Amino acid sequence: MTIEIKTSTLEPVRNTFAHIERRFGDKPATRYQEATYDVASEINFHYKPLWQPEYELNDTGRTAIVMEDWYAFKDPRQFYYGSYVQMRAKQQEVAESNYSFFEKRNLARLIPDEIQRKVIRLLVPLRHVEQAANLNNVYGSSLGYGTAITQALLYNGMDRLGNAQYLSRIGLILDSNSGDALNEAKRYWMDDAIWQGVRSYCEANICVEDWFESFVAQDAILDGLIYELVYLQFDQWLADNGGQDFSMLTEFIQNWNKDTNRWVDAVVKIAAAESDANKQLLEQWIGTWKAKALEALAPLAEEMVGPEALAIAEDALVKRLNKAGLLK
Amino acid sequence: MAAKKLNIKDKYRLLTRDLDWDFSYEDRKQAFPYEEFEGIKITDWNKWEDPFRLTMDSYWKYQAEKEKKLYAIFDAFSQNNGHLNVVDSRYVNALKLFLTGVSPLEYQAYQGFAHVGRQFSGVGARVACQMQSLDELRHVQTQIHAMSHYNKFFDGFQEFSHMHDRVWYLSVPRSFFCDARSAGPFEFMVAIGFSFEYVLTNLLFVPFMSGAAHNGDMATVTFGFSAQSDEARHMTLGLEVIKFLLEQHEDNVPIVQKWIDKWFWRGTRLLTIVAMMMDYMLPNKVMSWKEAWEVYFEEAGGALFKDLARYGIRMPKYAETIEKEKEHISHQAWWTFYTHGHAAGFHTWIPSDKELDWLSAQYPDTFDKYYRPLWELAKEQEAKGERFYTSGLPQLCQTCQIPMLFTEMDNPNQNSMRDSVFEDERYHFCSDGCKDIFDEEPEKYVQSWLPVHQIFQGNCGGPGVEDVLSDYYKMNVGVDNMDIKGSPDEKRWNEWKGIA
Amino acid sequence: MSKVYIALQDNDESRYIVEAIEESNPDSTVIHQPAMIRIEREGRLVIERAVVEEKMGRDWDVQELHINLITLGGNVDEDDDQFVLEWKQ
Repeated sequence: MTIEIKTSTLEPVRNTFAHIERRFGDKPATRYQEATYDVASEINFHYKPLWQPEYELNDTGRTAIVMEDWYAFKDPRQFYYGSYVQMRAKQQEVAESNYSFFEKRNLARLIPDEIQRKVIRLLVPLRHVEQAANLNNVYGSSLGYGTAITQALLYNGMDRLGNAQYLSRIGLILDSNSGDALNEAKRYWMDDAIWQGVRSYCEANICVEDWFESFVAQDAILDGLIYELVYLQFDQWLADNGGQDFSMLTEFIQNWNKDTNRWVDAVVKIAAAESDANKQLLEQWIGTWKAKALEALAPLAEEMVGPEALAIAEDALVKRLNKAGLLK
Repeated sequence: MAAKKLNIKDKYRLLTRDLDWDFSYEDRKQAFPYEEFEGIKITDWNKWEDPFRLTMDSYWKYQAEKEKKLYAIFDAFSQNNGHLNVVDSRYVNALKLFLTGVSPLEYQAYQGFAHVGRQFSGVGARVACQMQSLDELRHVQTQIHAMSHYNKFFDGFQEFSHMHDRVWYLSVPRSFFCDARSAGPFEFMVAIGFSFEYVLTNLLFVPFMSGAAHNGDMATVTFGFSAQSDEARHMTLGLEVIKFLLEQHEDNVPIVQKWIDKWFWRGTRLLTIVAMMMDYMLPNKVMSWKEAWEVYFEEAGGALFKDLARYGIRMPKYAETIEKEKEHISHQAWWTFYTHGHAAGFHTWIPSDKELDWLSAQYPDTFDKYYRPLWELAKEQEAKGERFYTSGLPQLCQTCQIPMLFTEMDNPNQNSMRDSVFEDERYHFCSDGCKDIFDEEPEKYVQSWLPVHQIFQGNCGGPGVEDVLSDYYKMNVGVDNMDIKGSPDEKRWNEWKGIA
Repeated sequence: MSKVYIALQDNDESRYIVEAIEESNPDSTVIHQPAMIRIEREGRLVIERAVVEEKMGRDWDVQELHINLITLGGNVDEDDDQFVLEWKQ
């Protein structure tokens, strides 16, 4: 059906929603903007939560970080649900073809047994770290303030479940789907001295009350060090020692880290730039958790790559934090 | 050796359920502190049956496919000025009510499921709730995007978020979700996961989206059905939660029954708005509210409760009252909005003669007897140039926050009023159901932020109602509100359509 | 015995699925509504992967059902080969 309309009568009355216009002016808005800004409720919550009667349902007081505008945490990736799942779907398609190539050609048989053992002991248990990260990010999403940061925390939380599942599949490839490698890796996680520092760090962080502190301890500190140590250095070590094909299986997490680091760095930078009080608090958290993380990762770093590995990872992390305006 | 193929159940167990571990360095109770205070007894989380077994890679894949289709349609819709294809400008007011009243609930559902998706100590339940949380975020965002185009051409969408936190009739849906989120994690699951998702959202989405299809609104049909495809997973989760709680411990049965009674009552009150949308706001009708209620509550819900009888669960309390109410509530609600049309953020109108006849046919036992005469009177008034608006502000029910518009079901000429005294204050209710809910937890419901009380107390600006509407609610008075006749919406529509 | 039901978006893919459902479940009722197709059956309804694959002429994962699913009523049991809806009373 054709409708004959004079084009002049089809001028829009307004370009976007009023709260978006107040922030960005009277012009067409992006989907990220309309999906994100001022969507969360701010007042008149009716009932105090039975589980935390000292707070409102949505409350800025659940972290010691203070922001004038919690929507300052713009996601550099501008992920709203649709753009988020479409990005991950593309990445998983590549991952899927990598995994099936690896399995179909049975590439595991080309990898020396001791390297396989090393992967089961040093890489596969990281699925439990991802599980902790899932909890910590979902925690921030549920108790944090303002959609800009809480939606990104949820995407991150779900990503971590995905990462845990990809790491688990490495175990299943190595044990021909028996689950033995996963059980073995879990025993290392539970009992092997080499993992106890990291496990204790994860358990402690899961119990942290301040959601922003938990984010710093997980996404900025522990993940920052593990990315450098495991997905860059250990990956290189594997490549140099006959395990280069593992890269196909960790490529998803590597690429994921690249886009996620951009977001993590932006969050830290924005919070630090807001006030001296925030900056001091962040540095205090970073000081405490970085020291713990370095101690926890030391035996792993040594066994994965060698004695200098951890210092290199720390250096890279500190550079990122410096760029965010911290520890200078 | 060729690897054995894992079936979906084993694969899901290995990839998800085994990720958790027993703590050695901290007390796990400190990590999951809210599981005990409601009195629910969980003896073994391992007995949890995963309602669906999507790993994240499949989740991303399937959801991205849905999103791609959906946004392709949104783009086409706005590029082709799809709003011109709706049946008439009255229809769009249903969407205004949807965006201001329902979409923000999706947001609260996201928050609520994120909370329980963090707080349950059983990994299976937790992951299922997390996925639902992510889905709910999807729903609010796709709804905003679907409405974004309408917002450019019609009034009343532009302050949906601001209005949701403040406006008198929007406190009905809002307080419903605030109530559920402020409850403990298990009550939240019975309230939203089970009562709302399993039975009541069908009534919200399916007939309403079919209605959109019938009224030329492609954007809404598309987001509605696309959202509903996630809903099937959510319903399965809701049912699993109930079965799990009931199987875990017999002491859970009376607690769960009490929550079912509460949340079905609260849910049916909330759906009054949907009833009104279906019977009055859709120019082309799909089915009456009464019929939708029969298909999705009485038939589908009846089957469900028969299934649950083996656990000792019975139909929700006041089911008989609810059954009678299907004949009345849509009419009582639209009449209330019509008479308070100056204080609503959307337009109201008198049903056309054809629509009045349809209502007479759909509601043979009640419409001609109780409601048609009101509309005939309104028509006379309007013809005389005296379109009727009530000047007062309605008294609200302390629990559901709906104006006291409901009548006794055995005597539809008599308004239904109940009250209770708590700490020397008297509180008013629209029904026995709402009074029961208050009496069970008065400390909670005395906190209700009742919009009309708040206006009288001077907490919403003023002094006049018009000041509250324009300054506190940010309504564009004289534009967003009042009758559709003479509204800018109607004027523009007629210009676009070349109607003189 | 109560009815279980499933509703699918009315599109090309669903038509094959509905055909498969009809074949796997004699005496199911198919109801066409605006933009959706609703299928009901007393007690139990099954969607079999093999039958859908035959109708579509391609591999079909049971979880793909979720793309076109609108609503359902009944207890769900999903595995690699089939999707079952059932009342247990």
